Formats: sequence, C-alpha cells, structure tokens
Amino acid sequence: MDFVNAIILLLNYIFIPALTYGSQLALGAIFVTLIYGILRFANFATGDMMSFGTMATILFTWYFQSLGVSLGVLPTALLAIPFGIIFMILYMLLIDKFVFKYYRHQKSPPVQFAMVSIGVMFVTQAIVRIIIGPGDRRFFDGEKFIIKAREFKEITGLNEGLALKSTQVITIFVTIVLVSLLFWFLNRTKTGKSMKAYSDNEDLALLSGIDPKKIVLVTWVIAGILATIGGALYGLDKSFKPFTYFNNMLPIFAAAIVGGIGNPFGAFLGGYVIAFSEILLTYAYKKFFMYVLPESMEPNSLVQLLSTDYKFAVSFSILVIVLIYRPSGIFKGKVL
Amino acid sequence: MRKNLNVIAAYSIMMVLILMVGIFQSWNIALSIFNLCLISAVMTMGANIQWGYAGLINFGIMGYTALGGLAAVLISVDPVQEAWRAGGFDILMSLWLIVVMVLVIRFILKRFEKSKIRTYSIAAIIISGILLIRFSAEPGIEAIEAVDPAKTGFLGGFGLPIIFSWIVGALFAGGLAFIVGKVALGLRADYLAIATLLISEIVIAIIKHEDWLTRGVKNVIGLKRPAPYEVDLQTTGWFINLVEKFNSGKLSVIENLADRQAALNQLVIEGSSVFVKLCYSGLFLVVVIILLILTQKALYSPWGRMMRAIRDNEEAANAMGKNVVKQHLLIFILGSAIVGIAGAMLVTQDGLFTPGSYRPMRYTFLIWVMVIVGGSGNNFGAILGGFVVWFLWIEAAPISLFLINFFTAGIPETNALKAHLIESVPYFRFLLMGLGLLFIMRYRPKGILPEKIEIK
Repeated sequence: MDFVNAIILLLNYIFIPALTYGSQLALGAIFVTLIYGILRFANFATGDMMSFGTMATILFTWYFQSLGVSLGVLPTALLAIPFGIIFMILYMLLIDKFVFKYYRHQKSPPVQFAMVSIGVMFVTQAIVRIIIGPGDRRFFDGEKFIIKAREFKEITGLNEGLALKSTQVITIFVTIVLVSLLFWFLNRTKTGKSMKAYSDNEDLALLSGIDPKKIVLVTWVIAGILATIGGALYGLDKSFKPFTYFNNMLPIFAAAIVGGIGNPFGAFLGGYVIAFSEILLTYAYKKFFMYVLPESMEPNSLVQLLSTDYKFAVSFSILVIVLIYRPSGIFKGKVL
Repeated sequence: MRKNLNVIAAYSIMMVLILMVGIFQSWNIALSIFNLCLISAVMTMGANIQWGYAGLINFGIMGYTALGGLAAVLISVDPVQEAWRAGGFDILMSLWLIVVMVLVIRFILKRFEKSKIRTYSIAAIIISGILLIRFSAEPGIEAIEAVDPAKTGFLGGFGLPIIFSWIVGALFAGGLAFIVGKVALGLRADYLAIATLLISEIVIAIIKHEDWLTRGVKNVIGLKRPAPYEVDLQTTGWFINLVEKFNSGKLSVIENLADRQAALNQLVIEGSSVFVKLCYSGLFLVVVIILLILTQKALYSPWGRMMRAIRDNEEAANAMGKNVVKQHLLIFILGSAIVGIAGAMLVTQDGLFTPGSYRPMRYTFLIWVMVIVGGSGNNFGAILGGFVVWFLWIEAAPISLFLINFFTAGIPETNALKAHLIESVPYFRFLLMGLGLLFIMRYRPKGILPEKIEIK
C-alpha cells in the first residue's frame, strides 16, 4: 500500500505537473525552432508574441462570456482560441511585412535579425500592456477538477490524493493533437516537405521552384497557431500576466536548443526534458522516502536537491551545459 | 572641428533637452536624469567595447550590473559580528571546499588525457561537491539568516568607503566574465546571446536567494554615501549662506522677515538635494571622462586596429597570427568590468541594493537599444545613446500623456477609451523604445553617430 501511495505522490506532484508544463513549453519551443529553421533567426519576441495571442484569446473569451455563450464544463476560452489565432497571425504577418521582410531581402546576418526582434519585443510588450494592462488575469471558467484529491482518497482508500485539473488534461490532449497534426503536415504534405527543404538548403530549394513567399507565409501561420495555443493553455492553467510570458521565453529557448534547434521533434521533446528536470531537481522527496523506506531509515531533512527558488536556474544550467558540450542539441538538430 | 560638428551638435541638443527639463519641470528631476544618463553611458561603453570593437554579443549585462551592485554592498556595509560568529566558520569551510574542488578538477584536467572517463569523473566530482557543500553549509546559513532577520540576517561587508566598490565591482564582473568567456565564447553569435542572457539570469537567481550573502529580496538599505547627507547640509552654515547668495534676488523681494526665513528654509531643503545630486554628477563625470579617454586611446592603438581586424574578418586575423580566442576573452572581460563599475555606481547613487529589481528588460535590452541607437563602435555614439535613450525612457510618459491629451482634446474626460489610454501611459515608453530601435536599425543602421575610422 505504501508503495502505491508513493507512486500516486509522484504522479500528483511531479509527473502530471511536469507533463503539463512540458507541453506548454514544447509548443513554444516548436514555434522558436520553426522560426529559427526557416526564417533563420533567434526570435527574442517569442514570449511577447505568445502573450499577444493569449491577450486576443482573453478578449474574445470576455466577449463570449458577455454574450452568455459557454461550453458548459469546458472553458469558454477554447471557443475563443481560433479567433485569437486569427488575430495573432494577422499581427505576425503585419510585423513580417513591415519589419522582417526588409532584412530577409537584405540577407542580413542572424545577429541583426535578433536585434530587430528585440525591437519587435518592445513594441509587442507595449501593445499588450496598453490594451490589457500589466496585471494578473484569470480567464478560466467551467469545471475546475476532473478528479479532486479528496474524492480520490475516498474512492481508493489511499493516504495520498490525486488531483487532476481539467486544464491539465486539456493541455496535454490539445498538445498531442496539435503536434501530431503538425508532424503529419511537415512530413506528409507537399508544403511541409518544401518547408523542410527550404530549411535544409535555401538555394537548392529556390532552384527547384519552391516559392519562398509561400513558405514564409505558412511558417508564420503555423507559428501563430502554436504561439496562441501554447500561450492560452499556459494562461488557462496558471494565469495570464505579460511579464511572466516574457520570462517564459527563457525556458522555451532552453527547450528549443536542448532539443536541437531547427528540429521540431527535438524541440517537442526538449520541452519535456526542461520541465521534468526543473521539477525533479527541485522537488522535496521527504514524503516519498517516508513511504518507500522502512521507518528506521526515514530522512530528517527535506531531501531536496535544490531549493525551488532555483527552478529557472536548473533549466538554464542544462542549456548552458548542452550548448558547451553538444551545441547541436541532444537530439541532433542541424546547426543551421 | 568641422568633422566633429555632428558630435558637438548632438551633444548640445542633448544638454539643452536636459536643461529644459530643469527649467520646466525641476532641477531635481533634471539632475537625476543626468546622473542616470551618466551611469547608462558607462554601461553602454562597456557593451560597446564588446559589440562595437570586437563584435561580441553580450546579453548578460544585467548579471554584471548586479554583481557590481553586490560589490557595493560587500564593500561598504559594516560586518555583522554576530552573524560571523554564528555561521562564519561554516561559510569559510564551504569556500575552502570550493577551492579544493576547483584545484582537484584542474589537476585532473592537466594530468589525464581527454577521455570519457575523465569527463564523467569531473561531472561526478562537481555533483558530489555541490551536494557536500550544500549539506555542510546548511547549518551555518540557517544560523546566519536567523541573526536579527528584520535588520541583518547576513554576513555584512567590510565597512570600507563605498567608492572602493567601483573598482571591486569591476573585478567581480571581470571575474564572472572570465568564467563565462571561457565556456561560452566559442559559440555562434545568436547562441552566445542566449547563453549569456541565461547565465545572467542564473547570477540573479543566486543573488536573490542566497540571503546569507546579499539579504536577497529583503534588500539592503541605507548604504554609505560618498556625498554629504541632505539633513546635515540643511543645518550647515556655509551651505545656507550659499543658497542665500544664489537666491538673493528672489529673497529680497519678500518684505516680511518671517516669510523670508520660511522661503529660505524651503530653498535650502530643495538646494540640499540638488547639491547632493551635483556631487554624484561630479563623481560620475570623472568616471565617464576617464573611461572615455582610455577607450579612445585603445580604439586608435594598434590593439584597437587588431580588434577591428578580428571583428571584420576573424579568419584573416587568425591567419596573420593574432590569437583570436585570447583577444575575445580579454575584451569580454574588459567590457564586462566596465559594466560592473556602472552597477556599483548605480547602487552607490540609490543607496540601496534591491536584487528583485534586476530585470533583463531594463538592464540588458534597454542597454542594447542604447548601443544600437547611439552608434556601435563609436564611443561618443555609445555615450550619446545612453543619454538619448535614458532621457526618452524617463520622459516618454509625460510626452505621451501630453500627446494623448492633445489628440483627444475634443473627447470628454469620462470617455472610457481616453481614461484607459491615460491609465496606460507608463507603457508607451516600451512602444517608443521599440519603434525607435526599429527605425534606427532600418534607416540608420550604424546609429546616430556612426563609427568612423581615420586611417593615416
């Protein structure tokens, strides 16, 4: 029985939260990696673009709520996400037309692109803060829990409860669907394949008659979908605050690079690598050992490798180590 | 003279702008803007050395600034004897352990050939060392943090004049840059940017959460000052006389003696804070001028030419026998050390150290906007960038408030949109910075004062 308790404990405090957080990071990381692979720059506006998409989603959610439209047990935000996506894509295309296009034609070095994306970051941040303000916004409605910890205890008779939030299930489910669709698109359709070709060798791709304008357009559309859904899921699960989104850019970068930048599948896995290592290294295992070990060997301290204050530092350290010893990432991205 | 006309014009405009703030808003605001402009200028000079001279991208400016600030605390605060007695021994033991660990690793690196076993054993030493230090330092740290946590709860510093910290801050930042440079400088430009950004976040995390060293988010307040205190000045004879002399015209108009005394008191209070700020301005100006002379000398020296050669064509410079790796490391350390000075200056001026306030937006990206806008590779440009951008950063809110009121003059105050816009005035500064950066990068990619190299 103790063993089952220990497993439930780990599931409840490590596995499910890490899987959720990892999914949110993974979507952002694929976004970063696509931009890096096809448009060839590190997009420092990632976090703020995600907050823009989330903001659009929130505004539509409020609108629907005021109309009295709802999805019952599901959050209304799910209904608003498609509209948020449209706004996000329009915004990205606008930015691309007025900012990035010029540098693409100039064939500027990646560093210059990165600098320009910092300009975009400032502007996006300003727009988001001016429209919705810098404060904390919660826009979740509907049923909060699928399984409540107390109910779980009563049903199973265990000491440890397992709480399953609906946002966690939605996040994981949506991520799986979206990522499968994306990989199907990239590997099976003609446009997807030409995107890959363009990312591998631009000149050769152009020679074989691939339309670069179309590639760029499709990239931004996919990026818009990923950014909005990733941002909205994070916002649903925790809460929406522009500053947090800006900060999330850093673990997202870490995930993309750890997975091998330019490699979407690597970025997807990288999100989970970062999330799991953050949570595994900062979790206090005292209770776990109390269940598993006999009474005489119970630990006195918290058995915590690092204090939770260093959560972010963990992912950054992993990234730095990966960058130094294996710059192409764990899953062998191509260093473009 | 002729060729420097644009430099002189740009600086004069900047000075006029600051003087206008002094005349229309207040001299206090003008001077605090001016002081922060000077500090920003020091930071941009540091970043400019790395980016403009050598083409190294450093997004870790925030980390070096914070280390400079930490130096100010560690140098100027009086040591907390009780905390030292409570946990000083444990901390010293951990320090000793770290030194031993580094020496062992160095020994292994020197002694054994590169192999998988070596890599794994080094990793094992580091991990077990960290665990060992964590468990051995734990009681000491807890004891230190328990010492009067509302007031101290940390080890304190050396109790020296805070001015020394400007040098120590440079050493701290240079030391960190040495480590960062050793591990990260081989990376490609945008990877380097990300790596330095993340390393600086790690530094901030450590400063924020190691309370025994920095008091963490509890902040350190009331640091010593290199300038006199306002309260002391207000009771000093010569200062009151000085203020009286300066304002004799204004004061002589007032007939009533009591009223005149009250007016004088008011003037003395205002004057004292202006005087203190002027003291800081003087100190900062000295630093800026010394650094400017040094960086200009360096730029036009053979060393400067070599750096530009490395920046423009690394392979060619390498082929000419220049040690690119070593020079990159050197310039990375120099630039970061200058940023460290600025960090110490900043904390000196504020008189408090707030680890929570170090955010990449303000201390990394804004500084980069300054470098790009001012003109990378040109020291005068970098300083000007620091001035222009900081000025706009502060004055963006009043300017945008004015513009909003101007354009919505016909709309009543109660209009929801107008109220919302006025409420979000503070965020227009981000918009202004972003647009400024985008426009400069598009239409004047070399900045306001472009780099120009005369070859004679």
